[in-house]
Amino acid sequence: MTTRALPSRRDEAWRYSDIDAVTAAWPLPAPESIIVPAGGDFRRAIVQDTGAIQQIEMSIGKGAAASLHVLNIGGAYGRIELAVTLHEGADFHFGAAQIGGGQQNLEIVTTVTHAEPGATSRQVVRSVLGGTATGTYLGKVAVARDAQQTDSEQDVKAMLLDRSATANAKPELEIFADDVKCAHGCAIGELDAMALYYLQSRGLPPGEAKKLMLQAFVAGVFGGAEDEEQLQALALAKLGELV
Amino acid sequence: MLKIENLHATVADKPILKGLSLAINAGEIHAIMGPNGAGKSTLSYVLGGRPGYEVTEGSATFDERAAAGLFLGFQYPVEIPGVSNVQFLREALNAQRKARGLEPLSGGDFLKLAREKAGLLKMDMDMLKRPVNVGFSGGEKKRNEMVQMGILDPKLAILDETDSGLDIDALRTVGDGINAIMRRPDKAVLLITHYQRLLDYVQPDFVHVLAAGRIVKSGGPELARELEEHGYAEIAA
Repeated sequence: MTTRALPSRRDEAWRYSDIDAVTAAWPLPAPESIIVPAGGDFRRAIVQDTGAIQQIEMSIGKGAAASLHVLNIGGAYGRIELAVTLHEGADFHFGAAQIGGGQQNLEIVTTVTHAEPGATSRQVVRSVLGGTATGTYLGKVAVARDAQQTDSEQDVKAMLLDRSATANAKPELEIFADDVKCAHGCAIGELDAMALYYLQSRGLPPGEAKKLMLQAFVAGVFGGAEDEEQLQALALAKLGELV
Repeated sequence: MLKIENLHATVADKPILKGLSLAINAGEIHAIMGPNGAGKSTLSYVLGGRPGYEVTEGSATFDERAAAGLFLGFQYPVEIPGVSNVQFLREALNAQRKARGLEPLSGGDFLKLAREKAGLLKMDMDMLKRPVNVGFSGGEKKRNEMVQMGILDPKLAILDETDSGLDIDALRTVGDGINAIMRRPDKAVLLITHYQRLLDYVQPDFVHVLAAGRIVKSGGPELARELEEHGYAEIAA
């Protein structure tokens, strides 16, 4: 994953990036390396609220489990980039929300490699975007030739609060094994007008009604997180700024 | 309490209401009946301020600010995944209380109130904790509308076909609920219905027939029975 040359928008993984911000931060430090030993159990929550580029390389050992939760909300440009390698029977869970308004550009780029048989991975990503913000999820799942019985899922949804906001979603599969289960789905939409009207007809101000629905939209991604309540509270506060 | 004068309204530029007038005083229950496509639901949405429903002429004036006293019972209550009934109702009630200059209700006091109203409508408290209307049967959704009405305690309730989708027992429960919550000297109800049956439980003071966007006939409770017997075609003609 280490990019030696300054990337441009011609590089697929940086296609929607704020290249000026990337240039300003260049050269990037070496990616953080996380090694989960065989049978280990790793959990971490990352809150990106300053406008940083964060790169992580993770190797999950045989039979180990890793769970990563991300809230990507801050700064003009915030990027979380993951390269995860799963060994035999390993389990990876990724739950992420990115919430942006104004002219923010937020992105999550993941490469999950099932290198050996019997591993499971599940990624759930929710984006809420207002103003002229851009939210991107580029997620590649690669299944090696002998990684049979791989079970992987990508569930990606984005909600646009304004017609001027942009969501990019690219779930991608590259499978060389022949006995695998790989599901991926993505949807980009707007808040349901009838549901909003229903909530407002009960006396909720429009902003509160939207906030309630958006809260429900992102809430699920933090299930089982180390500090679930804090992540929910931070997400809610950010949603409050957008509606 | 509610005064509608020569109301014209369009939906997607199509005229639906064509000069509807109606006055409802405090303490009264009015029923509006009428054939399919007469404009009954449009009337409720116009009064409820739904986007896309445009008033082109005339007016509807309501004594209270809408945020603090109008309740619209939906013909098709909306399912909202992920949003819990109690959470949303507490926020809605407290928003209304704030608009009226009252202190917000604490979690404990709110649950007590919710339990009382759910009991009145014979609805399981567990259902109130579930996401709004998700997986509810048609009858449960309508009961839930009435529980919400009980909790929010409006001055004026417009109930759009609250009786559709209800079995006979549920109809009685809902009818009793409407009476218990809304039959007060300072409140009023506008019932929109196709059938006489609900009116056996909630006795209206006035019955109106709506056809082609206007009220074509008004009378007492006996008008509903006439309609049931002879159909709209004869009465509205």
